Amino acid sequence: MRLSNSLRELIGKRDFYAGGLMLLLGLGIALKGTTYRAGTLMHMGPGFLPTALGVLLMLLGIAIAAASLAPGPDEHGGDQSLLPEHPQWWAWFCILMSPIAFIFFGRYFGMAPGTFACVFIAALGDKTASWKGTIILASVVTVFGVSLFSYFLQVPMPILTWRGEF
Amino acid sequence: MIEQALSGLWYGFGVAFEPHNILWCFVGVLVGNMVGVLPGMGPLATISILLPLTFGMKPVGAILMLGGVMYGAQYGGAICSILLNLPCHPPHAVTCLDGFPMTKQGRGGVALGLTVFASFVGASWGITEMIFLSPLLVKAALQFGPAEVCSLMLLGLLAGSTLARGSPIKGVAMTVLGLFLGSVGTDLETGSERYTFGMTELDDGIELIALALGLFGIAEFMNSVNQVAPINTKYTNVGIKDMRPTKADMKRAFFPMWRGTIVGSLCSLIPGTGPTIASFVAYATEKKISKHPEKFGTGLIEGVVCPEASTHSSVQGDFIPTMSLGIPGDAVMALLLGALMIQGIVPGPQLISQHPDIFWGLVASFWIGNIMLVLLNVPLIGIWVKMLAIPYRYLYPSAMFFVCIGVYAANNDFFQVGEVAVIGLFGYVLLRLGFHPAPILLGFVLGPRFEENFRRAMLISRGDILVFVERPISAVFVALCAILIGSQIYFRLKGAKADLEPAAENAVGGEAPTSLAAQRVPATPAE
Repeated sequence: MRLSNSLRELIGKRDFYAGGLMLLLGLGIALKGTTYRAGTLMHMGPGFLPTALGVLLMLLGIAIAAASLAPGPDEHGGDQSLLPEHPQWWAWFCILMSPIAFIFFGRYFGMAPGTFACVFIAALGDKTASWKGTIILASVVTVFGVSLFSYFLQVPMPILTWRGEF
Repeated sequence: MIEQALSGLWYGFGVAFEPHNILWCFVGVLVGNMVGVLPGMGPLATISILLPLTFGMKPVGAILMLGGVMYGAQYGGAICSILLNLPCHPPHAVTCLDGFPMTKQGRGGVALGLTVFASFVGASWGITEMIFLSPLLVKAALQFGPAEVCSLMLLGLLAGSTLARGSPIKGVAMTVLGLFLGSVGTDLETGSERYTFGMTELDDGIELIALALGLFGIAEFMNSVNQVAPINTKYTNVGIKDMRPTKADMKRAFFPMWRGTIVGSLCSLIPGTGPTIASFVAYATEKKISKHPEKFGTGLIEGVVCPEASTHSSVQGDFIPTMSLGIPGDAVMALLLGALMIQGIVPGPQLISQHPDIFWGLVASFWIGNIMLVLLNVPLIGIWVKMLAIPYRYLYPSAMFFVCIGVYAANNDFFQVGEVAVIGLFGYVLLRLGFHPAPILLGFVLGPRFEENFRRAMLISRGDILVFVERPISAVFVALCAILIGSQIYFRLKGAKADLEPAAENAVGGEAPTSLAAQRVPATPAE
């Protein structure tokens, strides 16, 4: 009974997931590390240190998860949920799509469309964003950015192209 | 010894006064001051954005500019704290406590004026310390073999991860993760590929800029988008006339300023305790020795100048281990070190003798830069104050563009842009789970050198791991590591983890996983 209670409590804690993530990462690193030659202490192979780090990370993960079992508030206080109070799925999506848009438009259409798309999509994430304001912002940054990076700093990326490089 | 340092400094001024160097220094402090004022941009993100632009520059100009961003941001951050009560830059969080009440009393200008003055005093002290201490450290460090370098790095990494903000054990986990990320790519000794999963783009390892911009750019934007409270500009009408302190103010600020400076310089000598901790410790000390501690928090000038002087003294002092030993104390220093490495300069004790232009030029530029900052901040205060009103919804999309193009320009390769998005998402997950990503960068930058020295030490000692405790200097570092870990466990068991930090964070307002998230918490006055 007590065990299941504490287990339930554990699953409700953020640090449990933090530790779990570290454990998984460490496990992955260590397993992959064993496929490289470990060598001896004197002549270490490429796999030695990463594998050791992976194991260390696993141990730290276990320690983090175990520490969350300790009674009393931890550094998160009452906030144990994984998501923030007001999850911003749309904004997060926009921010992550912004570099993707930059890659796509930058590669196939050039720097100016890439910049415009990048800023435009990122700006859509804001709650108060309006179409007009977003377009103006993206245009201003495009003009400024292209003149700075293409003309002044000579970044070798065509300003405008059509399916330039595949 | 002193003579040598002074002649070095003289030489440094010659380097720093070269027209292009002085220009880059000015650009650096100007940009730094600007992003310091802007809520939501930190020096870390800014330096990483500027980093690719420095590839074509000479190393001296590059490091002068990037260093300028670092300390320039400290001047700007104070404006944000005092006038808006926004602790958006961690080192200045504590300045809000007395700075904002002063603003409400209409004395914000005085607080700013004295802050600039105290900052300059603190910075000058830190620079002086750097001039005389670095050559001494170098002399000692030149005797180090791979075993000593290794255990010193270990100490630096441990201190950097356990003494920084947040849970020590999570900090160590982040450092280990950073060390691992540093090992991705082609192994230097055997040439075999590690963790590249067949992607040839990863052969050269993970791009430093992509890592920094993912963790401190994209992850930070995800954390603060739509969370930033509208800025209250009621009190931001400050002009140059308001900044002149009265004689009584000067008198009251004089000793706290010096105490803060000393505290800051002591903190900078301990690796891992950056400006944030220095400012908290200074504030706590000042409160403790004050005759009327109950008045702190109501707008005392002592509570403003002391942490500010401390911050600046510590910021400049942080350069000492970075430049003389090649061991960075925090993420910003790691980034600067990374910038040097990209330029093909090997950090370490040989840096001062091999590249005196970089070291002494940097020291001299600190002084020039700090004078520039005083000149920028006093007459132009009105402009900086206006910048406070730039809304976040314009700021972060523009910054996203700089992130993308910056990462692209590093290698002229779109792969890295994808890399930065992935790292950004991962960084945000880490932030939500209560990890502070700064130690990742520390581990990442030191990782390859750590591995190299570790292997070499093992080779020399014929595989005897005990070499680290058998050599006396190395044994001292290992012992310090043990003490560090032991004391953390002790405090943990005692239930009082470094009491100054929670106290200070409570004072500023609850948990602050990142700089910007703290903005939501403090009570911004209703009107």
